[in-house]
Amino acid sequence: MRPFTQLQAVGCPLSLSGVDTDQIIPARFMKRSRAEGYGGYLLHDLRFDAGGAARADFPLNAPTYQGAQVLVARRNFGSGSSREAAVYALVDYGIRCVVAPSFGDIFASNAVNNGLLPATVSEPDGEALLAALEAQAGPMQVDLEACRVRIGALDVAFAVDPVWRTKLLNGWDDIDLTTSHAAAIAAFVAGDRARRPWALPRTTVGKPD
Amino acid sequence: MILRTFPMNAPTSGPRTLYDKIFDDHVVSRQEDGTCLLYIDRHLVHEVTSPQAFEGLRMSGRPVRAPNKTLAVVDHNVPTTDRTLPNPDAESVAQIAALAENTREFGIEYYDGFDVRQGIVHVIGPEQGFTLPGTTIVCGDSHTSTHGAFGALAHGIGTSEVEHVLATQTLIQKKAKNMRVTVDGTLPEGVGAKDVVLAIIGTIGTAGGTGYVIEYAGEAIRSLSMEGRMTVCNMSIEGGARAGMVAPDEKAFAYLKGKPKAPAGVHWDEAIRFWETLKSDDGAFFDSEIRLDGASLPPIVSWGTSPEDVISVEGLVPDPDAIEDAVRRDAKKRALAYMGLTAGTRITDITLDRVFIGSCTNGRIEDLRQAAKIVEGHRVNANVNAMVVPGSGLVKLQAEAEGLDKIFLAAGFEWREPGCSMCLAMNADRLAPEERCASTSNRNFEGRQGFKGRTHLVSPSMAAAAAIAGRFVDVRTWPQV
Repeated sequence: MRPFTQLQAVGCPLSLSGVDTDQIIPARFMKRSRAEGYGGYLLHDLRFDAGGAARADFPLNAPTYQGAQVLVARRNFGSGSSREAAVYALVDYGIRCVVAPSFGDIFASNAVNNGLLPATVSEPDGEALLAALEAQAGPMQVDLEACRVRIGALDVAFAVDPVWRTKLLNGWDDIDLTTSHAAAIAAFVAGDRARRPWALPRTTVGKPD
Repeated sequence: MILRTFPMNAPTSGPRTLYDKIFDDHVVSRQEDGTCLLYIDRHLVHEVTSPQAFEGLRMSGRPVRAPNKTLAVVDHNVPTTDRTLPNPDAESVAQIAALAENTREFGIEYYDGFDVRQGIVHVIGPEQGFTLPGTTIVCGDSHTSTHGAFGALAHGIGTSEVEHVLATQTLIQKKAKNMRVTVDGTLPEGVGAKDVVLAIIGTIGTAGGTGYVIEYAGEAIRSLSMEGRMTVCNMSIEGGARAGMVAPDEKAFAYLKGKPKAPAGVHWDEAIRFWETLKSDDGAFFDSEIRLDGASLPPIVSWGTSPEDVISVEGLVPDPDAIEDAVRRDAKKRALAYMGLTAGTRITDITLDRVFIGSCTNGRIEDLRQAAKIVEGHRVNANVNAMVVPGSGLVKLQAEAEGLDKIFLAAGFEWREPGCSMCLAMNADRLAPEERCASTSNRNFEGRQGFKGRTHLVSPSMAAAAAIAGRFVDVRTWPQV
């Protein structure tokens, strides 16, 4: 996974709260292969009208926010469905960081697993960032080492789980890390067979652990 | 080696919650920062969130570590109409074929669309006895919390985590906080599990449970059937909590006894002895405690585009202008505009175009019995299209054995094949723009049941009564209640 340390990029304000993962990517697009990318489906039903035309009043469609790699939103971003496709849509569009006062649990862990930073800011700081981006489009800076977001002179702190931060900074892959615990897993499984024989599935299909 | 490993599994000191116990019981290793590697006992897989996980395994040359602890089923995409006919949706056909191929290649048990055991992943897990108390259960679906009704630690995961579990049978987790939601008293006639959980979400909000695992307790919860407890646990995620659970008791054991994958013989007896220890200790610490009075709960209807937007059937559509918090006020104004509703409208004056009875929230046999009891002897309103989608092939068979299908069909309901259907509109079952639906599903998000569709979340009996009346009615006043 591509490490995330610092990012200098266009930020786009999305002044909505409770943007659930059904809005980030409507379910009907999840049947499609990701080969062509999910970026076109990002926030689809907010970005496009019923005829498929881009809505001029939606920030991601504004010329000033083109090429955005940071999205600043309001509270409870990514609540609802566990669909990782929501993260695929953001990542494939080019977003590398979402800044918001709070995130849905599953969305946030999915984000980190795809190198997308969920940066949690206070409500007042979030409002200040939104106001700054709405007043004047321009570059913003996300510094994961210092846990700061900056737009010009506006410089605010963000929080991210320290374990996630380390993982993002290093671009680590979870499965590689877990594979290094193979002996501990084997010991757990061996102990568990004796401890909870009832928990072994009664099935004739599939190789046992 | 064992001595080095097991001290790290050391339980939380002092009295423990049910969640503490199950979590501690599955810790493979614990890092100093609190990150744990958790062993996963059961993994459920469906067609939508698994293709990239299998692709990842293929690319890295990894096998599935424990195919016998993995069970796959097709549910999100399948048509609910006659499956012997060609499916015109090429994307669904391809995704379903990919699951069949992946499960064959990796040696995983799979129920296809023609298998009587096929159904919504959260209906079939318990039905097969794959879901057991005291186990860890995951699935690439946020409503995996359903299985917590059996006293399992069950939650949704993303596709990267699906791949992680397939490859390692473990999950990297940090312990969540403990919340207990106690619902006291006896629920009034006509008020059920769905009303309870909608009321809870209305109380804590959709982010209220974020970072917590919820344990549901109290007389009203204990008095619910297993189906009812599943309804409550199912919607934990709508309150922000990844997992919800109920301490298992005789009802849970009776439900599981004799199920195909449940333990049998001496293992059953061992299991029962262990399962009986699965309850929060007296004095266990909960980071948050919520209490509701079940006896005073009315039937609940959602009015907005978030599951926290709920009100009594006797109520009025609320006025967002009365909300002090500006962000919240804006969100609720937007919700009213999307829903095409005006503040002050009586809930019982809201008329409906569609009624959907089904989903992993309310697609079980008890839900269909409750709906059929309301419907019997009536006709669906001429302005309403109403459908019943059983949660699984076995639920459908049971309902047909009881003659419920005949009651629904005689009333003018459609009686469909099992699947997720109009809960999330991935197949042909969906609302047209601005159609208004009374739905027994779990999410009223914008576009959830179809582009610009308008969803009101209700219980099966409320949905059934709405189908007959063509508008919401207080089911407590229905002749059959």
